[in-house]
Amino acid sequence: MRLIALKMLFGDSAKFYGILLGLTFATLLITQQAAIFVGLMSRTYALIEETPQADLWVTDPTMQFVDDTKPMQVTALDRVRSVTGIEWASPLFKGLLVAKLPNGGRQICDVIGVDDATLIGAPAILLQGKVEDLRKTDAIFIESRGAAKQLLQPLTADKNGPKRPMQVGDELELNERRAIIAGIAETRPSFQNVPTIYTTYLRAVGFAPANRRTLSLILVKALPGQNLLELQKRIQTQTGLTAYTPAEFSWKTLDYWMTQTGIPINFGMAIVLGFLVGVAIAGQMFYNFTLDNLRYFGAMKAMGATSRQLLNMVAVQGLAAGVLGLGLGLGATALFGLMIPGDRLAFKLTWHLPIISTFAVIVIVLGASGLSMWKVIRLDPKEVFNG
Amino acid sequence: MSGEQAIFCEGIAKTYGEGEAAVKALRGIDFTANFGEIVALVGPSGCGKTTLISIFAAILSRSSGALQLAGVDPDAMTNQDRTIFRREKVGFIFQQFNLVPQISVVENVAIPLFLRGENRSEALDRAEKLLTEVGLHNRAHSRPSKLSGGQQQRVAIARSLIHEPSILVCDEPTSALDGATGQRVMELIREQGRRPDRIVVLVTHDERIYHFADRIAHMDDGLITRIVTSDVELAALQAVAFEKGKIK
Ligand SMILES: Nc1ncnc2c1ncn2[C@@H]1O[C@H](COP(=O)(O)OP(=O)(O)OP(=O)(O)O)[C@@H](O)[C@H]1O
Ligand SMILES: [Mg+2]
Repeated sequence: MRLIALKMLFGDSAKFYGILLGLTFATLLITQQAAIFVGLMSRTYALIEETPQADLWVTDPTMQFVDDTKPMQVTALDRVRSVTGIEWASPLFKGLLVAKLPNGGRQICDVIGVDDATLIGAPAILLQGKVEDLRKTDAIFIESRGAAKQLLQPLTADKNGPKRPMQVGDELELNERRAIIAGIAETRPSFQNVPTIYTTYLRAVGFAPANRRTLSLILVKALPGQNLLELQKRIQTQTGLTAYTPAEFSWKTLDYWMTQTGIPINFGMAIVLGFLVGVAIAGQMFYNFTLDNLRYFGAMKAMGATSRQLLNMVAVQGLAAGVLGLGLGLGATALFGLMIPGDRLAFKLTWHLPIISTFAVIVIVLGASGLSMWKVIRLDPKEVFNG
Repeated sequence: MSGEQAIFCEGIAKTYGEGEAAVKALRGIDFTANFGEIVALVGPSGCGKTTLISIFAAILSRSSGALQLAGVDPDAMTNQDRTIFRREKVGFIFQQFNLVPQISVVENVAIPLFLRGENRSEALDRAEKLLTEVGLHNRAHSRPSKLSGGQQQRVAIARSLIHEPSILVCDEPTSALDGATGQRVMELIREQGRRPDRIVVLVTHDERIYHFADRIAHMDDGLITRIVTSDVELAALQAVAFEKGKIK
């Protein structure tokens, strides 16, 4: 009877495609929105992931997330360095500065200043130039996304004429000081859609206005064999600063965006909407499909179909619709993920997300087929005698 | 099964609902029928025909009275056993055919065998053979909707007989069909359905098919008022027609 049940479902093409479309669309909406959300959220701590050398990130205790730079005294670096169990500690400047472009336009940039001596924190992948080029006079690195979109060089004397992405050798001004592009980096997109500029710590402090010439973050490498937890505690008690592991700092940043902004609510609503679409289209159509076929279920019941056989038929129909709809929806989501350029739209399809949409589809299908089963079980077989 | 009565009932009553809303659909039916017979239940609308045939088909429980269907009392069984009883012993022909529209004609015929869990290809083979006997072999793989009403009812007849039931119930089998088609469908039911080990119970309004039955049970207001053999019935009908001047 399972085959008959499947043929009943597939044979009613209008309803079948409707159910399939509903489930596919719901899955797509839920998974895609969730993936964009995860992608967007993972961008908030991109800098932490881009800087794998650090075992600990030391910050002002009031700092809430990685972009929330709270100034520390310059002496903080020496105080951290004096804690035992540390291999090295490097300063990191992080701040938003306004760059003046060759055509006179202005652009806010996220400036990161890395330790002058070691260059720890400099981007790992360079499309043009070498890491040591950062030591050249007035040198900065820009990243390829910013170069392509916001940091442009006019091709002609006409400032509004055609432009190309800035290259090594091009110049811009940061706070009225000359900066020469010495390299183009490839980095993960950050949450704030502004170009990132890398330079040395001292140069970055020099670019910053006087009141913001401060230390933002300290990267710490523990000596081999150190207990990180104890080192964290030592840094905290001896310096009054807070030390996070990269995972803790990422979570703290994520937590800030999750709890202090409306972003999760927006995406949550889109996901709920996807679920409702599934219920409204697929769930209802499935139920209607059962109602349409109720007289045949009734005839089978009269002819001696057991409740178990009838429930089995509805279950097989629900399962088939669910599996196909979910599969198509996840396929469409993956295709969507492959088709959009990664730097444009944040999209991160982690293995958790299909679980969410699978769960949603299960709820929709269970609801609709449960209701259908109830109808079928309650059927009075005598009704089939009434024409 | 020989020697047993196909249907035995004494003082069968059926009341729908309770209290103020109670409807007494059957009020004491005494009736027996033997295997090999074709019996028609006739009477005005609402007199209880469908109720009675549903009890004979073991899909409805009586409120009181004694009942034996092929020697057993279906109301003494569990629900599950009653369902199995129907699956093994009862064949159904409905007014509205009730063929599953999304599957082929031959699959529809095989449903009673599928319900018993029989091997699919063997079941389909048997269904095809039976379709040959009802003259629809060439339509075996069509969808039911591609067939005329008469053809659909012939498919339903094949479906009702494929598991060789002891009791065949037909509620208004011809009322969705025109007169001539109805006659042919009834001929087929008589030809294929009548067996020495089977009782055929037929509910109908249609006087033109009375003659297919051996006996006709007239019902009124929840009671069987008289049972006559069909030759007596036909003579009476002719007399009425004669009085009205239809027959000279
Ligand atoms: N499920 C039910 N609940 C309440 N009353 C019912 C139910 N089914 C039938 N009845 C009532 O029982 C009586 C007999 O109904 P039944 O369907 O057996 O009549 P019938 O002879 O088949 O009529 P028809 O020729 O119109 O089909 C009617 O008064 C009907 O209204
Ligand atoms: Mg009736």
